[in-house]
Amino acid sequence: MTFAAQFLKQARVMTADLRHRQIIRTALRNYEIVRDQRKAAFQSWESARQAAAETKWEAVNHLDKYLEQFVAKLEARGTKVHWASTGAQASEIILQIVREKKARSVIKSKAMTSEEVHLNDALEKAGLEVVESDLGEFIMQLRHETPYHIVFPSMHLTRGEIRELFQKELGDAPSDNPEDLTLVARRVLRKKYVQADLGITGANFAIAETGMVSITENEGNARLTAALPKTMITLLGIEKVLPRLEDLALFLPMLATVGAAQLISGYNTLYSGPRQPGETDGPEEWHVVLLDNRRTALLADAEQRDALHCIRCGSCLNVCPIYRNVGGHTYGTTYCGPIGAVITPHLRGLRDWKHLAYASTLCGACAEACPVKIDLHHRLLQTRRNSVQAKPRWWEKLAFKGFAVIANRRPLWRYLITQGGRLGQRFHPLVKGTRLDPAYAWTKTRELPPIAPQSFKEWWRNRS
Amino acid sequence: MSERENILTRVREALTVSTPKPGAKQPCKAASATRDFRSLLPAVGATYEEQLALFRANSADLKTDFYCVKDVEAVKAQLASWRDSEKWRRIASHAGSLTEAVSSSLGLPVCRTDAAYSTVELEASDIGLTECDALIAQTGSVLITNRSAGGRALSVLPPHHIVLARRNQLVSGLPEAFQLIKEKYGSNYPSMISFITGPSRTGDIERILVLGAHGPKKLTIFLLE
Repeated sequence: MTFAAQFLKQARVMTADLRHRQIIRTALRNYEIVRDQRKAAFQSWESARQAAAETKWEAVNHLDKYLEQFVAKLEARGTKVHWASTGAQASEIILQIVREKKARSVIKSKAMTSEEVHLNDALEKAGLEVVESDLGEFIMQLRHETPYHIVFPSMHLTRGEIRELFQKELGDAPSDNPEDLTLVARRVLRKKYVQADLGITGANFAIAETGMVSITENEGNARLTAALPKTMITLLGIEKVLPRLEDLALFLPMLATVGAAQLISGYNTLYSGPRQPGETDGPEEWHVVLLDNRRTALLADAEQRDALHCIRCGSCLNVCPIYRNVGGHTYGTTYCGPIGAVITPHLRGLRDWKHLAYASTLCGACAEACPVKIDLHHRLLQTRRNSVQAKPRWWEKLAFKGFAVIANRRPLWRYLITQGGRLGQRFHPLVKGTRLDPAYAWTKTRELPPIAPQSFKEWWRNRS
Repeated sequence: MSERENILTRVREALTVSTPKPGAKQPCKAASATRDFRSLLPAVGATYEEQLALFRANSADLKTDFYCVKDVEAVKAQLASWRDSEKWRRIASHAGSLTEAVSSSLGLPVCRTDAAYSTVELEASDIGLTECDALIAQTGSVLITNRSAGGRALSVLPPHHIVLARRNQLVSGLPEAFQLIKEKYGSNYPSMISFITGPSRTGDIERILVLGAHGPKKLTIFLLE
């Protein structure tokens, strides 16, 4: 089955799942209210978006300069920097470090890049114990599922389901109270922290000016991952750079505002090296792996380049009517929702993933929500155009030619949409909802509104 | 050619085609951008009293326990009473004029993290007592570094983090905090700089707030007048 067919099949199931819809709505209700309050507290949210967009534009459009600056600063303080063109290379680099260190257990804090390169599979195949420490990611790991959402990985699960999961997998679930369940995970994971030989993190921002990696989190799990194991590895995409340290004064509160409706996230931490002389803890070695994995292909598409501005806040997912109904797993991608639909065709190939561009109402809610002003719905429209140009379908071309003939002749157009439409609707019930119905795609689940007996123009002409 | 060169070459090739600045092509005038982030971010009062009030309000929101006290004696008294009521058996701390004065007064074994220490011992400590670099009114955050606050783990491993701050350490916002970091450390940055905002938290189960996910369940800040 093609990815497109899989998407359609899964979407059909999910859109009819009212329970799922209710869970997502409940999970996001409070977020929506508080997010808007937090936005309103900015002296100018719109100007902040513009400033953020310009800062990211500057970084992405001088990526070579800022990457070299970032790496030079990092290396000067003893950090080992690796470059990976592909996901497989990134995994191989990390496996090499694991073998060198003779590591047996790995603790991970949340990293979407590691999902992208399927790092856990590679590590487990090599015989390592890999544990996700972010609570949501830990839950998804126990369920052998991919994250449902970029920021809220287990948003689609109820406390009852999580309790059952913990009972089955950990043999410990005192109640379905979220506090008790969190405590169970805390206890299990604390042990893993103390044992782990190696810690792996992702990153939110890379500061070129000072050679620092900025990690945003709420639980303290990334702090522990960067404090206890002897070796630390950070895997990040090359597009994460920001020019200056002060840029974080803008990006940290913006990310928290739209990401999780917070003033600022619980822990925002900057790392600029492994343990330095005179410091008493932290890793002895720090490896930073810079991942391309076709980000340069997206960079080369000047028209869609601004998709690299994305800071992975997930706010476009939260407002997307498609995401909210088909759910995160239907996409079958690492990055789902509108931003996933824009970047996946670049990262994994247009031919297999162009269908995602059609999973949009083009309502523009995503572009409006984006803190760095990525013009998401226009990017989706461009992907549609590109996919049609790459392989046009003869009957679509013909249909649009026919449409142009009618739409360019006003009397004909007017006649067809009034008289013609009414005539058609009179006979419609004969075939309605059957395969013979030309509007079957619409009418199998929906009603077509009847055309008014009098159009506005007719009324206007005939008014006394 | 190394992968570094491969990637940088692809980046440079891609950038031979330029893109307009955001908003340049929009028909209506885009909101103006400024590098003065202070004028965009949530407002902070100009006076010390306003900033203190904002820090207090943010702390209440974040479930941080925030106390303004007269001097170090008041902290000692408060901690002694918690030592008895919560039956502390061991504390963890680091070198510092405030931390040492307080930790030595409690009469408990102290796990010091500014020399080689055992993680197991630190984990078994009831509190982590640290100083800080700044408190930030705009966000209710504590700014620490591994140099000012006894390493990377002390402020995150024990279940209760207690911060001692001086009156002049309160700054208005994040732009000021980054300025402070640059002025204080020059180019010799500590390898970890962390903005701690409230106790450790998670919302991963039904988006319901739970405190004490991996880090401290409690965060207490004393501001010494």
